[in-house]
Amino acid sequence: MFGSRPIERTRQGEYRLRLSDAERALLRDLPSQLLAALAAVPDDPSLRRLRPSAYEDDAEAEEEYRRLTGDGLAESRRGALRTVAETADRDRLTAEELDAWLRALTDLRLVLGTRLDVTEDTYAQEIDPRDPQAYELSVFGYLSWLQEAAVEAALQD
Amino acid sequence: MAPATLAPAEVELEEPAGADAPEHERPWIVIVWNDPINLMSYVTLVFQKLFGYSREQATKLMLQVHNEGRAVVSGGPREKAEHDVARLHAHGLWATMRQD
Repeated sequence: MFGSRPIERTRQGEYRLRLSDAERALLRDLPSQLLAALAAVPDDPSLRRLRPSAYEDDAEAEEEYRRLTGDGLAESRRGALRTVAETADRDRLTAEELDAWLRALTDLRLVLGTRLDVTEDTYAQEIDPRDPQAYELSVFGYLSWLQEAAVEAALQD
Repeated sequence: MAPATLAPAEVELEEPAGADAPEHERPWIVIVWNDPINLMSYVTLVFQKLFGYSREQATKLMLQVHNEGRAVVSGGPREKAEHDVARLHAHGLWATMRQD
């Protein structure tokens, strides 16, 4: 149904959020968890996918790239995660806030997807409730669905 | 990439020129690699937003990443390539650069 989309562009150029209390609680909690992990265990393997190499086989150039861009990328990442946590209870987002949501949802999915060792087949599989990773798989599925909706909304103009 | 349904479209991409140029002048290319997490629709949106590609061009590049494992999405002098890689990394895409 047309009106049931979780994120929808309004005629004023803002983005209307239709989310349940449980969804909003999750969207406050997950960015805070990732922010805490980035501060406490920045070298954790599950966070590696957030910082890919620019140079495949030039360690010196790679070090220079990280020196020049590392802080800026990290601050932009933290800013986007904070925006989601702070706007999760809103009914509307600005275009700038939606952009932060898109980037933060990407980072959350990259970290969770890395932990779950997601493959392209994961999306077609039913979640087995007896799977010890069932909860995380369902959160990953939810974030994927929400991000798809956020992309669709960003493309409505 | 994560699945989605999108129709392919034809697009001509500019060939980086100057394969015979001296080492330091040869252009750099920016490559985006396939990953199983980023959504196909999101990757298309990022290509449109960062490089000004049309929906059709961006979709074609996204499908190339998805089907062939990688695609060249931009290029030029080293500074520009590095800037583009950093913008792709800021959006969670797996991008690298190399001299053509």
